Amino acid sequence: MDILNEFIEVVGDPGAYARRIKASGRSVIGYYCSYAPEEIIHAAGLHPVRLFGAGGDSGIADRHLQSYCCSLVRGALAESLTGGLDYLDGTVFPHTCDSIQRLSDIWRLNTSHGFFADVVLPVKLTSESARQYLIDVLQRFGKELEAHFGLTVSEESLRSSIRTYNIIRSSLDGIYELKSSNPGILTGGELFSIVRASMIMDRDVLKDKLQALLRELREGVPGREGRGRRLMLVGNACNHPDVYDLIERSGGQVVWDDLCTGTRWFSGTIREEGDPVVSIADRLFERQVCPSKHKSPTARGEHLVAQAREHGVEGVIFLYLKFCDPHSFDYPYLREYLKDAGIPSMLLEIEDRLPPEGQILTRIETFTQMLGPETGVPLTGASRTGREG
Amino acid sequence: MPQTGAEKKRKFRSAKRMREIMTEYYIEAKTADQTGKKVAWITSGGPVEPLIAMDVIPVYPENYGAMIGASHMGSDLCAKAEALGYSTDLCSYARADIACALEDGGPIGGLPKPDMLVCCNNICGTVMKWYEIQARLFDVPLFIFDTPFCHVDFAGEARRYVRTQIDEYIGFLEGVCGKKFDIDRSREVGRLSLKGQRLWQEVLDAAAHRPSPMTAFDAFFFLALIVTLRGTTKVVDFYTELLEEMKERVSQGISAVENERYRLLWDNLPVWYRLKWLSDTFAAHGACLVADTYTTAWCGSMKYIDENNFIDSMAEAYTRIYLNIGVDEMAKTIFEMIDKYEVDGLVMHSNRSCKPYSFGQYDIMRMVQEKKGIPCMMLESHMVDERSFSESQALTRIDAFMEVISQRGPRAGIAR
Ligand code: SF4
Ligand code: SF4
Repeated sequence: MDILNEFIEVVGDPGAYARRIKASGRSVIGYYCSYAPEEIIHAAGLHPVRLFGAGGDSGIADRHLQSYCCSLVRGALAESLTGGLDYLDGTVFPHTCDSIQRLSDIWRLNTSHGFFADVVLPVKLTSESARQYLIDVLQRFGKELEAHFGLTVSEESLRSSIRTYNIIRSSLDGIYELKSSNPGILTGGELFSIVRASMIMDRDVLKDKLQALLRELREGVPGREGRGRRLMLVGNACNHPDVYDLIERSGGQVVWDDLCTGTRWFSGTIREEGDPVVSIADRLFERQVCPSKHKSPTARGEHLVAQAREHGVEGVIFLYLKFCDPHSFDYPYLREYLKDAGIPSMLLEIEDRLPPEGQILTRIETFTQMLGPETGVPLTGASRTGREG
Repeated sequence: MPQTGAEKKRKFRSAKRMREIMTEYYIEAKTADQTGKKVAWITSGGPVEPLIAMDVIPVYPENYGAMIGASHMGSDLCAKAEALGYSTDLCSYARADIACALEDGGPIGGLPKPDMLVCCNNICGTVMKWYEIQARLFDVPLFIFDTPFCHVDFAGEARRYVRTQIDEYIGFLEGVCGKKFDIDRSREVGRLSLKGQRLWQEVLDAAAHRPSPMTAFDAFFFLALIVTLRGTTKVVDFYTELLEEMKERVSQGISAVENERYRLLWDNLPVWYRLKWLSDTFAAHGACLVADTYTTAWCGSMKYIDENNFIDSMAEAYTRIYLNIGVDEMAKTIFEMIDKYEVDGLVMHSNRSCKPYSFGQYDIMRMVQEKKGIPCMMLESHMVDERSFSESQALTRIDAFMEVISQRGPRAGIAR
């Protein structure tokens, strides 16, 4: 599986890949949040790249951020201040949590990566006025890109980007579905690399590779046998591929997720007809919601239980970065919702680094062992293609 | 120990009246089910005027959080929330309120149950999560008044969005209350609200006098009314009296801190459970905290209010409040306050409870040092969760800070 190896290589050094793109003459725009309107960046002929704040928590962030700030925000700032993001031609900050909101200010005042934009999205995604506002905000963003880079984002290029992203997202969804119905087909670490690479690579190249990979997987790579209890990961951005391995060594396997660097990022398709910016806005408006956005007081709980049931999930691991307010506020109720649905869960809170391996292994093992007798949960083969946000 | 005459003189006679008003207010709120009035829980920076115009009693979980902190019930309640699964790192107002709502604990036997929830996110994202929790618990309608963050400006599309939400908000209230919104009444409420804010600003302005007749700690106390009863005559009457008292104090030369030598500015929410201790500790150095960014936030966006068109101008006034603007904008406000109150130093409360208020403080601190050349210090706590506060550490820092200030001497050019 050459494609898989290529993905793994890209993920190993995202900066090197981004620098190559830049060397080929394309400007690179970084972002931290799954609500970034990537399609517009792509349609402008620029290269969107997701940044992970994995610059290691060097003390340099201490000059700007207190210790009670999540490692993603601290790592992000550290990576910029230590020169690790020298390949960027711009950054865009969609409005999300309070910490990112302030990171955006600190970034604007202390770094210089060329283009800078705040995309102040609505927080409640329920009313027609919020939807209209979202459309307006995206339109403004497009204009800001045009003005800064001296280009035009044509309707045709937006349409073509939408098609590209629909293929990317539906391919990722397809790969996730395969992994869920036949967990042995990919290791958790491999799945992680596929999603990660999709946030880094040239999207036009990526689109073909993902389709090819999906075909290969469908045609039945002689499946390694998937073993272990069917688990789902829920949380913010996951920067720790090792977690998957640790889970697999502790009698579990990840069959689905609700992560900022997982299904929340790629869920939903964009309508290919009508005004393209409106269609892009509609996907953001409708897609699986993040805890820093409001759909209804119970939307996330209901969604989580539905996903867990759909994928025969036996247990949920909440994987949270410490000091993350939006996720921490949701945790007690999500745990209750799952409990009422008969699904046990555990919480793994991490700072910038994972706790010692032995400790995690013991905790996950204890968890998988208390899941009760294995039911072998075969997935009832409901076909789920073309899911809507 | 008997109070000395000077100490007695320093006490505010308005404090008693203020306590009475707050007691009346809470009794009215707690007996709403008997009087048939509706109760709305609303965030501290939320647009309350339409509620007043609809005869709904607004109740502020954040004001209640301050009460919890001041009555030293914070640690216990926060710990209860933690037992429910809420992280220690979350806002301690939210944690304490969540715990109270479940068990009717806390001061005054808990808040009256809400008939509706009104959440305006102009202060933080925390309130949205907090109100979602209460919406699940009480199963009552929730209105989110979404005020896009103004990093550098208030964009046209944001203005339209917020303006539309005012109509939606009124529609929501009409639905929940089952009656029409009275636009004339709302104009009157708007006028009173603005009047109250002006008076509050004047009260705070009194601290510009040397020596200052009040401290930021007094402001923290007297703040409760502009937060909870904005838009009523009670506020206007009370602050009129308080302003009188300030003027008297100034004319009689009553200073809040005996032998005021240094003047300081406070940033962020108070440390509710150590108000007296902090006040005494600074006073022991002859330092008076004359002003703060927090209590000023309730009159900071007055400039956007159009007296003759309150409802329309509300959109801007409620969006461009102190916490909903960029770090550099906040710094500008601080510069102005440094000049206006002629302060010798800046005390920043790095508040683990409030990330939007605290992240960016280091940058502001550097800007202040560069532009204003005054010393700055930082104190860390969780504003109502006492477990996070170390008195000895705070004392060491304050002593060191005051040492620097005293070496520089009081601000030059000021006759004393
Ligand atoms: S991990 Fe949480 S606090 Fe940190 S950036 Fe993401 S949503 Fe914000
Ligand atoms: S203290 Fe800060 S985080 Fe807590 S409710 Fe107030 S503004 Fe929000």
